[in-house]
Amino acid sequence: MSEHELNARRLLCPMPVIRTQDKIAELGDGDVLKVFCTDPGVLHDIPAWCRIHGHEVLDAETNEREMIITIRVQK
Amino acid sequence: MLATKVIKDQGIHVEGINFFTGFCVEGHTHAIRAKDRKKEKRNNALWVAEQLGIKLHIIDVIEEYKDVVLNPKHGYGQNLNPCLDCKIFMVNKAVAWAWMEDNDFDFIITGEVIGQRPKSQRKQTMPIIARESGAEDRLLRPLCAKNLEPTLPEREGWVDREQLYGFHGRNRKPQIALAESLGIEEFSQPAGGCCFLTDKAYSNKLSDLWSSRGDRNYELDDIMLLKVGRHLRPRPNYKMIISREEGENHYLNGYQHEFPMIRTVSTGGPNALVDGTPTDEDLLHAASVVARYGQGRDSESVVMSIKRPGEDLREVAIKPLSPEEIPKSWYV
Repeated sequence: MSEHELNARRLLCPMPVIRTQDKIAELGDGDVLKVFCTDPGVLHDIPAWCRIHGHEVLDAETNEREMIITIRVQK
Repeated sequence: MLATKVIKDQGIHVEGINFFTGFCVEGHTHAIRAKDRKKEKRNNALWVAEQLGIKLHIIDVIEEYKDVVLNPKHGYGQNLNPCLDCKIFMVNKAVAWAWMEDNDFDFIITGEVIGQRPKSQRKQTMPIIARESGAEDRLLRPLCAKNLEPTLPEREGWVDREQLYGFHGRNRKPQIALAESLGIEEFSQPAGGCCFLTDKAYSNKLSDLWSSRGDRNYELDDIMLLKVGRHLRPRPNYKMIISREEGENHYLNGYQHEFPMIRTVSTGGPNALVDGTPTDEDLLHAASVVARYGQGRDSESVVMSIKRPGEDLREVAIKPLSPEEIPKSWYV
């Protein structure tokens, strides 16, 4: 079990979702991924993608111009 | 959505594939424009997958898709939409995707209906898509299957042909009635309306981009910028993209290290990006155009800033052009 980060800043949806999907494909069960984004659309899209694929969203925090979504991978 | 529901209701495991070409309408424009930020944002493909309870795989095909846009074997539709080649490409991508074979998927379904789209969904083009994609008779269209020869999944009994449909034509009432009978109350965007290449104004901008560069090619940033702002070409050697609101201002700012930028300083007003090979004189002229769209449009003089990447910012006092000095022919 390990922690990982993904820089998806300046990408517009659905690219952050695609990058998250591709990164999670490389990770193992229980790994934690933090995704850093600037498109507010990710607050809807990444959790929706996680629900569909059974991954757990641990946190979705929004700073002034940045969104950080923390996901626990479930495989 | 309907095609998936019809097949899923036969007890068949279905997973969705959504291809991102870079020309998708949804998402980007909403993300860029401040006025759209208040709207609920959702990716329709993800939303549909969640409603149906299926997994969805979103595939980035931006690079590979260029060949479809630049060299469509079957030509374009009304604008720069290569719909038939696009369908062939996407079905082929699904067939060729190793994941499909590794996970024991047997056939592909699409929501196509004969006669629904003038270019790509005709009785004559359905076999072309099946043949040229390599899917052959593993491509099933559940909504119009009864108008077509039985496919492999029907012949093998994996799918009950009697529970499929024979829809045809542009009238969507039968689909709406079916949706209601299946308990589906909300729909996503119908095919066609979700692609910028079907849009006349967007296609004009893409044509202008190609002709100005003398090269029919593009990068993702090129096609993204075509979705933003007013596009004016005052001279053959440069084009301006002038923001229309705050969200577009922010978006264009993201390109300040790649393009010359013009900003309104002394009053409220737009930011503009200049694409091409503008001279210093061109940038001064461009600044007077940008000033026309700011709050100081009727002033004798407004202060504008001009900054080329890697150079110092300079401020200039300039008289905004009058509406008569901006001919319609400049608008791309």
